[in-house]
Amino acid sequence: MRWGSKNGSRAALILPKRRSGVMRGRNRKINEGYAAAMKVLVPVKRVIDYNVKARVKSDHTGVDLANVKMSMNPFCEIAIEEAVRQQEKGTVSEVLAVSIGPIQAQDTIRTAMAIGADRGLLLQTDADPQPLAVAKLLKAIVDEEKPDLVIMGKQAIDGDNNAAGQMLAALLDWPQATFASKIEISGKTATVTREVDGGLQTIEVTLPAVITVDLRLNEPRYASLPNIMKAKKKPLEVRDAASLGVDMAPRLKVVTVTEPPKREAGVKVADAAELAAKFKAAGLL
Amino acid sequence: MAVLIIADHGEGVLRDATHKTVTAATQIGGEIDILVAGKGVDVIADSAAKISGVRAVLTAESDALGKGLAEAFASLTVPLMAGYDALLVSATAQGKNIAPRIAAKLDVAQISDVIAVVTADTFVHPIYAGNALETVQSSDPKKVLTVRTSAFDSAAEGGSAKISSVDPGPGAPGTKFVSDAMVKSDRPELAGAKIVVSGGRALGSAEEFQSVIEPLADKLGAAVGASRAAVDAGYAPNDYQVGQTGKVVAPDLYLAIGISGAIQHLAGMKDSKIIAAINKDPDAPIFAIADYGLVQDYKVAVPEMMKALDALK
Repeated sequence: MRWGSKNGSRAALILPKRRSGVMRGRNRKINEGYAAAMKVLVPVKRVIDYNVKARVKSDHTGVDLANVKMSMNPFCEIAIEEAVRQQEKGTVSEVLAVSIGPIQAQDTIRTAMAIGADRGLLLQTDADPQPLAVAKLLKAIVDEEKPDLVIMGKQAIDGDNNAAGQMLAALLDWPQATFASKIEISGKTATVTREVDGGLQTIEVTLPAVITVDLRLNEPRYASLPNIMKAKKKPLEVRDAASLGVDMAPRLKVVTVTEPPKREAGVKVADAAELAAKFKAAGLL
Repeated sequence: MAVLIIADHGEGVLRDATHKTVTAATQIGGEIDILVAGKGVDVIADSAAKISGVRAVLTAESDALGKGLAEAFASLTVPLMAGYDALLVSATAQGKNIAPRIAAKLDVAQISDVIAVVTADTFVHPIYAGNALETVQSSDPKKVLTVRTSAFDSAAEGGSAKISSVDPGPGAPGTKFVSDAMVKSDRPELAGAKIVVSGGRALGSAEEFQSVIEPLADKLGAAVGASRAAVDAGYAPNDYQVGQTGKVVAPDLYLAIGISGAIQHLAGMKDSKIIAAINKDPDAPIFAIADYGLVQDYKVAVPEMMKALDALK
């Protein structure tokens, strides 16, 4: 555990630097006295960093993650940010961050806590559970914790499946509101604007529900140093994922992982007229 | 062996994505049925019945289905799956909304964004923003796939499948449609367009995006796309976003204007037949995959392109 927590503090200090958000952490909980008794569960995943290009292993068994920078999945960051903003508005009373993964995923949970999650739970496993197994594990935790709402990323940027949230909603038989770009919580309903084919759709879901978030929902804050320090003291429970008695067996066997066909750079043209002539020659006009 | 496809349709017409999904289903093998769910779908069902290789078309109508609510699609589809070995849905926002819910209710995995059918249980799909292609074999009794339609050709027309209606199911009790705000456009649909003109962060404003990218797209008969940066900045609507988490396109020509070419953007367009890029930064990563590159400020290049196209037509 000592190793894990040491690692956690290191990761908290290498939070994503690509955003220049304000340090709003010190203002949080101003509404605590009036907060509704609403618990939000936010799953967070440790994945390859957004800025790192994945390389296929030479034996074609997967992607090489050794010595690669790992970070919180960007969509999970948006989900945590949203839960914390709702808490600051007084619509949410408690934010629980849950991760499923290796012991190093404690770092991801600490990052979520530095943004503002109140407590964390790691379901530790060195297997890489597929979305259906993730949904089953999360359902087991939802059954115990009984949150009023699950807010999670629409997809993880490793598997790119875009499935776990919808699967969790199905297993719980809860309404789902996917690809959210705006969330308003009022009493026992959430009004969610969704990014759909062709534009935006607004729906109202009765809570409890699962909401998956899209890019335009918010811009996650840059955690302040005091909040990073505070995060280290927040409760983080580690449990063996296998102890939940959930069927985690992979349904999909990875046969091979290969590089996509390479595209080579072509030619440079001198001006727009030459480019237009290329289009004409290719029969595009 | 029997395959069920959920039709992709909108604004009263069957989308070509459905024809492409039929091609994927043909590669799996067996009988192919198409489920057309929505509100007022008779004309769409007629179109679906004309796709070659389709055995039957099933229609289901309710308000909840008409609004695309996932709960309604799941309660409709799950019982129907008793008669099928596989479910195929195009990997649109709507397909991604509904298919995992159905898969979980069936207690099976979903194979997302399938780009190739190897055998009836083995499929290829991209992972890590398309930087790796994973081949997976499913051990589930039923397969649920979302299909990346840009990777498949359209099935031909010439069929005459019989059409029958099915019980639409209980709808979506916990979900209520409030409103929608759709982008109105006479341009081709982004996902299926032959030419796509995309604008990036360099455009600098929504006004500039509209006055530079859109007229060029119209001159080329193209759909309009955008990078995530341009959408995040509000220069273009979310529906235009091309990339890992937006739309994936593979047109005959993809013309990227003022787009640097982040990994996440390339994931959405690198399978285009011809890629052309206009960018004033000679080191922009987009040039590493562009067939034709023009290193020039779009403010110079686009007006010149407009004139050159007039001269060539």
